[in-house]
Amino acid sequence: MAFEYPEDLKYLDTHEYVRLDGETAIVGITAFAVDQLGDIVFLELPEVGDTVEKGEKFGTVESVKAVEDLKSPVNGTVLAVNLPLLDTPEALAEDPYGEAWLIKVQIDDPADLEDALSVEEYRAQVEGE
Amino acid sequence: MDDRDAPALAIEPGPLKRTPLYEQIAAQGARMTEFSGWEMPVQFTGITHEHQAVRTAAGVFDISHMGKFYLQGQRLLAQLQALVPSDLSRLQPGEAQYTVLLNPQAGIIDDLIFYYQGVDSAGVETGWLIVNAATKSKDKAWILGHLEPTGLTFQDVSATKSLLAVQGPRAIAQLQPFVPIDLTSIPVFGHCLSEILGTPAFLARTGYTGEDGFEIMVEPETGQHLWRSLLEAGVTPCGLGARDTLRLEAALGLYGQDMDDHTTPLEAGLGWLVHWDSKGDFIGRSVLEQQRQAGVSRKLVGLQMQGRNIARHDYLVFHAGKPVGKITSGTLAPTLQRAIALAYVPTDLAKVGQTVEVEIRGKLYPATVVKKPFYRRPA
Repeated sequence: MAFEYPEDLKYLDTHEYVRLDGETAIVGITAFAVDQLGDIVFLELPEVGDTVEKGEKFGTVESVKAVEDLKSPVNGTVLAVNLPLLDTPEALAEDPYGEAWLIKVQIDDPADLEDALSVEEYRAQVEGE
Repeated sequence: MDDRDAPALAIEPGPLKRTPLYEQIAAQGARMTEFSGWEMPVQFTGITHEHQAVRTAAGVFDISHMGKFYLQGQRLLAQLQALVPSDLSRLQPGEAQYTVLLNPQAGIIDDLIFYYQGVDSAGVETGWLIVNAATKSKDKAWILGHLEPTGLTFQDVSATKSLLAVQGPRAIAQLQPFVPIDLTSIPVFGHCLSEILGTPAFLARTGYTGEDGFEIMVEPETGQHLWRSLLEAGVTPCGLGARDTLRLEAALGLYGQDMDDHTTPLEAGLGWLVHWDSKGDFIGRSVLEQQRQAGVSRKLVGLQMQGRNIARHDYLVFHAGKPVGKITSGTLAPTLQRAIALAYVPTDLAKVGQTVEVEIRGKLYPATVVKKPFYRRPA
């Protein structure tokens, strides 16, 4: 199945994406990840002011069949959390790149994203899976 | 993301086996998974959708991976009696018994259904055993090691017969057009030999979903034809994901998770399978007698989480700050919209209404012991 992967995003091989807005990183998970998980039922996210570490867990997403860690693409401080999504995690299936973002992070060092995947690299990875 | 919930199942070495329905199922775009050495569909459209279809209408499952043994012999029932705690001598032809194979420690080797077909004029008795896929080889060795080989027929037709389960309140109505007999005349846990689409079929009013329905054993070509016909009639194809959430809501144990070689039927909530008074000795009886007298030290209970966090297999159960037990199965119950689980806890914490805690990713979350099953179909 083909999924949408917006051109202007950076991706992790663990299926998170980053949308850069100045020095703010908007972090979410890709349509591929949402599809793989199946019916999403539970989401755990950090609180505003928490720090996140590149490559480290910042939360979890849980579906009927699996629970998976969410990995941060950058070092930084959480500026905002998508609180409504905690009550309606199933909305991730509708608009993972828009309304259903997860957290916004103040980035410590933009160079953190240099090794993130481009859309072409990410698409090549998931279409090989 | 990191997948740390890969199913912990015993996989036999070698390539994955495929059922005769594999091509059709794969062509429908089902997501496949490894299960007990088989490549099986985990979901077609989505676990919740398939689950609701079975609760409100009808769904069909390919369960051809299950072990299927055909047995025939003199004194077959009397010999099988020694291997199970249930009294098989009560069975009339056309009746079935859900039961367990026990080891000498009264641990459960497998759970299975014995379908008794009857006895001929020469005293030869016939029946089917349907067993779990992962335990098929172990069961076969155990059974053959305990039955008198003279005059015994034991055919393992697991690889040559297809098994389909049609389940849900509309299952019988959906299946009826393909069968020449009146399906409602077969009682629950009854079975018969008949025809499906004009070819021989074994039909049993059993299942693993908590709903009414039939399990149907046929030749592979008939199975393919029936699968196609049921889907055309509007029956929802269902995968192992929905099979798991359905059986868990109905608090039906899964072998390898909720029971195994180290749990006894009394601990696993299967005491009703032990017919103490009407049968004689069987393997494991003396251990069960001792357990019954002394009382079991732990019990399988139903838990309902107070929040939406799912307690999953192997998560620890705490009480008064100490680990006291383990979750064996858990999910967000689609019908109930609550996180439910089965867990072994000490007997003094097994009463309905007892509060415990479950450790989920390093934090403790409250849960309450509730009555099983979590879901019972409307009468």
